[in-house]
Amino acid sequence: MGHSINSGYSAWLKRDLLLAYRRRGEAASPLIFFVMVSTLIPLGLTPESSQLAEIAAGMIWVMALLATLLSVDGLFANDYQDGSLEQLLITPQLLPMPVLGKITAHWLTTGLPLTLASPLLGVMLSLPTSGYLPMLCSLALGTACLSLTGAVGAALTVSLRKGGLLLSLLVIPLYMPVIIFGTATISYAIDGLNWLPPLAILGALFAASVALCPLAAAGALRITSAN
Amino acid sequence: MSWQWFHRLGSPRWFYQTSTRWLPLLALIAAAILISGLVWGLAIAPADAKQGNSFRIIYIHVPASFLALAGYYIMAIAGAVGLIWKMKLSYMVMKSAAPIGAALTFIALVTGAIWGKPTWGTYWVWDARITSMLILLFLYLGVMALQYAYHSIDAASKAGAILALVGTVNIPIIYKSVDWWYTLHQPATIKFTSAPSMHIDMFLPLLVMIVGFYLFYAVALILHTRSEILRRERKTAWVRELIEPEAR
Repeated sequence: MGHSINSGYSAWLKRDLLLAYRRRGEAASPLIFFVMVSTLIPLGLTPESSQLAEIAAGMIWVMALLATLLSVDGLFANDYQDGSLEQLLITPQLLPMPVLGKITAHWLTTGLPLTLASPLLGVMLSLPTSGYLPMLCSLALGTACLSLTGAVGAALTVSLRKGGLLLSLLVIPLYMPVIIFGTATISYAIDGLNWLPPLAILGALFAASVALCPLAAAGALRITSAN
Repeated sequence: MSWQWFHRLGSPRWFYQTSTRWLPLLALIAAAILISGLVWGLAIAPADAKQGNSFRIIYIHVPASFLALAGYYIMAIAGAVGLIWKMKLSYMVMKSAAPIGAALTFIALVTGAIWGKPTWGTYWVWDARITSMLILLFLYLGVMALQYAYHSIDAASKAGAILALVGTVNIPIIYKSVDWWYTLHQPATIKFTSAPSMHIDMFLPLLVMIVGFYLFYAVALILHTRSEILRRERKTAWVRELIEPEAR
């Protein structure tokens, strides 16, 4: 049984990574969105670097959240349209494991690139130097939480025609703790405080999400597929 | 042990007929307690030493906030009962609880804003508890929007139940937020573990209002559930007989 549980996870992880590799343009769009929106901030607010530095941490987090939100919509949508979601539902494996595999692939293709690109945005928005390491740590953990929570919303709305907008309505309230502690990690570091406590809470949120979100998403997929 | 009572509880018809018998009495008690609580709180209770008469909005604000939070639990528990025991009735209760809870959350936010103007000098501050209430309103709206999005009643009920259960994760954060970010807002006035920090003459009418709001909530929920029962069971013989007795 243990063998089949792990194979369900790794098979769907590999499949989704391969699909993302074959559709590289599509997979890159959240990252491009992330970088492009950051151009709007100096244009819309101020090019003054001292003022940008104050809002940089929060802005980077908001943009990362929106970029994840845009991409998480497609987590199950393609599979639903081409019928492979039904194949997923009748696999002998425990359903949460393949779902977790898909979520991991989603994080590797969106959350991780966003995290790695964030220092570039930090430079553009003149983030203070002490904020870079906390930003990388908090984004890596936090975007994983966003992918996991977003998967529940994506599973609930997969069979709906205008699911994307509804998905944002469902998921944004659930994202609030992540953004609170994500920005707190960076701003604590900039203010010279110990930034590990908010990061630890982010880690706790991640642990809870890993345990609960695949279960909820799997349950939601069973309901929506019956619809 | 016989589970007959439990199964009977799940029957919409039994619920409808029993509630027809008890609802007028319950509504009467709720109205009596609400009116006496309002008169006591608004007219008889002493004015606050610092805030004067403006503090009296507490008799609406606090009970509404209580029920806004409790209502989310009621909705989520009803959804969980539906998912576990596949009870039709509990899904109807869950669907009815969402708009009532959203309305109470909205009332809590509005009365808070009106109270905030004379007390803090501003209608809105981004304080932890106010923000949490706003998030609670969004959570309610999400459950409502998801229910309306599905054509199939069954899928709508189950999807709403899952979302409500996921949302309950947020509720402890709302309660804890007072401790986490102590800001402009006052710390919780009523603590069950220690004596209330309000004067007893002000506290007793508040207690009456909270009980009154719970009863009002029960009446509103039963009324809403009854109309939901009629809508969903309209094809059954007993509802048709109820609506058009002469057709039989």
